[in-house]
Amino acid sequence: MSSNVRFTDFKSDAQPTWCPGCGDFGTMNGMMKALAETGNSPDETFVVAGIGCSGKIGTYMRSYALHGVHGRALPVGAGVKLANPDIEVMVAGGDGDGYSIGAGHFVHAVRRNIDMTYVVMDNRIYGLTKGQASPTSREDFETSTTPEGPQQPPVNPLALAFAASGTFIAQSFSTDAQRHAEIVKEAVEHDGFGFVNVFSPCVTFNDVDTYDYFRDSIVDLAETDHDPTDYEDARSRILDPGTEYQGILYREEDSVPYEESHGVDADMTDIPDGAPEDATDLVREFY
Amino acid sequence: MPADFNWAIGGEAGDGIDSTGKIFAQALSRAGRHVFTSKDFASRIRGGYTAYKVRTSVSQVQSVVDRLDVLIALTQRTIDENLDELHEGSVIIYDGDRTTMADVEIPDEVIGLDVPLKGLAEEAGGAIMRNVVALGAACAVSDFPLENLDSALEKRFGDKGSAIVENNMTAAQKGRDYVLENYDHEYGYDLECTDENYVLLNGDEAIGMGAIAGGCRFYAGYPITPATNVMEYLTGRIERYGGHVVQAEDELSAINMALGAARAGARSMTATSGPGIDLMTETFGLVATSETPLVICNVMRSGPSTGMPTKQEQGDLNAMLYGGHGEVPRFVLAPTTIAECFHKTVEAFNLAEKYQIPVYLTADLSLAVTEQTYPPEEFDMDAVEIERGKVVDEETVGEWQDEEGRFKPHAITEDGISPRAFPGTEGGVHMSTGLEHDELGRRTEETGMRVDQVDKRTRKVETAKEREPFEAREFGDPDAETLVVSWGSNEGAMTEAIEYLDEEGIDVRFLSVPYIFPRPDLTEAIEDAETVIVVECNATGQFADLIEHDALTRVTRVNKYDGVRFNADELAERIGAILADDTEVAA
Repeated sequence: MSSNVRFTDFKSDAQPTWCPGCGDFGTMNGMMKALAETGNSPDETFVVAGIGCSGKIGTYMRSYALHGVHGRALPVGAGVKLANPDIEVMVAGGDGDGYSIGAGHFVHAVRRNIDMTYVVMDNRIYGLTKGQASPTSREDFETSTTPEGPQQPPVNPLALAFAASGTFIAQSFSTDAQRHAEIVKEAVEHDGFGFVNVFSPCVTFNDVDTYDYFRDSIVDLAETDHDPTDYEDARSRILDPGTEYQGILYREEDSVPYEESHGVDADMTDIPDGAPEDATDLVREFY
Repeated sequence: MPADFNWAIGGEAGDGIDSTGKIFAQALSRAGRHVFTSKDFASRIRGGYTAYKVRTSVSQVQSVVDRLDVLIALTQRTIDENLDELHEGSVIIYDGDRTTMADVEIPDEVIGLDVPLKGLAEEAGGAIMRNVVALGAACAVSDFPLENLDSALEKRFGDKGSAIVENNMTAAQKGRDYVLENYDHEYGYDLECTDENYVLLNGDEAIGMGAIAGGCRFYAGYPITPATNVMEYLTGRIERYGGHVVQAEDELSAINMALGAARAGARSMTATSGPGIDLMTETFGLVATSETPLVICNVMRSGPSTGMPTKQEQGDLNAMLYGGHGEVPRFVLAPTTIAECFHKTVEAFNLAEKYQIPVYLTADLSLAVTEQTYPPEEFDMDAVEIERGKVVDEETVGEWQDEEGRFKPHAITEDGISPRAFPGTEGGVHMSTGLEHDELGRRTEETGMRVDQVDKRTRKVETAKEREPFEAREFGDPDAETLVVSWGSNEGAMTEAIEYLDEEGIDVRFLSVPYIFPRPDLTEAIEDAETVIVVECNATGQFADLIEHDALTRVTRVNKYDGVRFNADELAERIGAILADDTEVAA
């Protein structure tokens, strides 16, 4: 681990094609800062992204990375981490990637509690396909495919994670750079699955969940008496869909990551150039 | 060839048929006899019936035949289902005290032995051991020393404590003694023992063992018949070698986890069956275009959709060869025997890494669930060689960077193979993507680079064809006018069918093909033959289509898609009939 890594070391030379003003710029900056400040280097970091505007992040960051198929970034991250626990794994996605097509993986990644970080750029819209409703869109949010609005309540991602026994559940706002980076940093440092839902406004297609809306409505938990290690306190806030919280909603203090509970600590990439020394034992079992 | 002996136990699901059959097979193996087992033969009447069949001989056996010498029948239906296979002097062991067996009908000429299985088991310590009593009775009939059965019982129940083992041994002894004391038929069976030491395993286990031997350290899967045994084998074993098995939430996740582990630099695999292959096809293109080495094992069962989950079929060939949108190369290997399941798994991992390509390793249900004996030398761990291909380290990574020091994971090379840097390698940082990309892995839609990358990926196949001996396995008479071609598990039955055909004066050359893609060029062999017959367990002849395409010819197809594997005698009969028709036409 190199000690003098700067957050710009995590920035690639590719020019982002996100719309000017997109929330994803701030989300990414915070991720890079969090990685640098936790002492990680690009050589030892693996970023996984799915499909959508968020999926481009692997291109704009500099690290080992895979830009995968839609909705399946979390299992890829799990595979990387278990094969080589020395690698820092950060998975990024959008609300469509994580809570729609990938919702099944999200729930199971949370309960598996592998030591990795999941950052979701939640803009409550499908931006790359030019503005359709996402699973976090408001019930009356009119789009090209939902002219009357989706007419179904949005998914509450924090509650999903809570129900799946999440050990670190947080929310941030991409434009509040310092708080966002702090929260992601805590997620990286958490022993287990660190989940951060980031309000990352889409300036082109979402005229409801805007920067102004979030600025006006956000309640920062740091300014309340919220105790993230208090399960009941966390529950009442997570199940309160009327408030847009920023901060760490829940953190399990004695979280045991999957690697520890399952004894996965070896670097699997290092293998001999023949069968393992005592492999003949495997044959003997069949006598 | 010394006479073989065919034994079966049948009853209802839940009667402990499989474990009883396995104990008897193990006993025979421990007595130095060769064994071939089968549990996939279909009901002629209706579902719910289950049976386990063992064929044994002092020489190697690798198929089943339509004959039964000793049958342990727990139900009347077991007898009805097997009527065709019983012959004069066959023995049926049953428990006349069981209410459903009180009025059992023993066919003419067949010897019925009424043995109080439950009663004797209770005397030995519990009714649950009634099948073991039956095994003891079978030992008496076949003149098979009980000590071998005791040894198998020790292996099966050893971890449950010595009392359980001893009770079972007593149960077996009671069954044997009962037959010897109450019946004095001349059965005429003599199961000779030898000093050979054999191992007994099925195809799923051979694949699992091959995976560990071949350096696989990460497995992610979702349980599905008949591939679950691969996962069960690895669980508890791969950990001893620093590996891990994850049960994923679905097959979509399983293949993506395996992909992640492979990107990290581990030898990684997943195993599934048809319905899982459908799901994994989503990610398959990403694996291939990101040039990630991955072994995807498909233990085929009868399709489409849920199909017949516990029945034999080789119906997924086209799905593996062509599955997924767009065009991208993949390798498809199809081991032809249980031992080959081991060897081809090791080879699949080497091919995957040398050519940075996904490899489908496909066994069919018959291969997966059948147990067969082999000399242990067949699984020679010292002969396993691991070749990881073009992996760079911190010293060599510089050779593959551009002028700005950026690593080129998709460098255009003469042999089509690019360098590979594992995460953690300083100077090897790169992204890979399902988007078309340039040498650095960055998205591109530039026409020249698109063509270069497609050509590069295709060139890997040409390179592999030059470097690898993708050959067919040859049997029979090389100069015969009749050529039979097959793939997968049909090899065992076909090699035996050659002997039956030989007895009728019919010479056959047989090529058994374990490499589906890239595959050996059979054109010359086909041109040399008068008649070409392609044997496979599917309805449409997917492999025959490939052969016709390769050799620009027409072949005769022998297909089977009733859910049951080919038997040797059945194959000999069908091939004989085709040749007889040809002769008629010629005349």
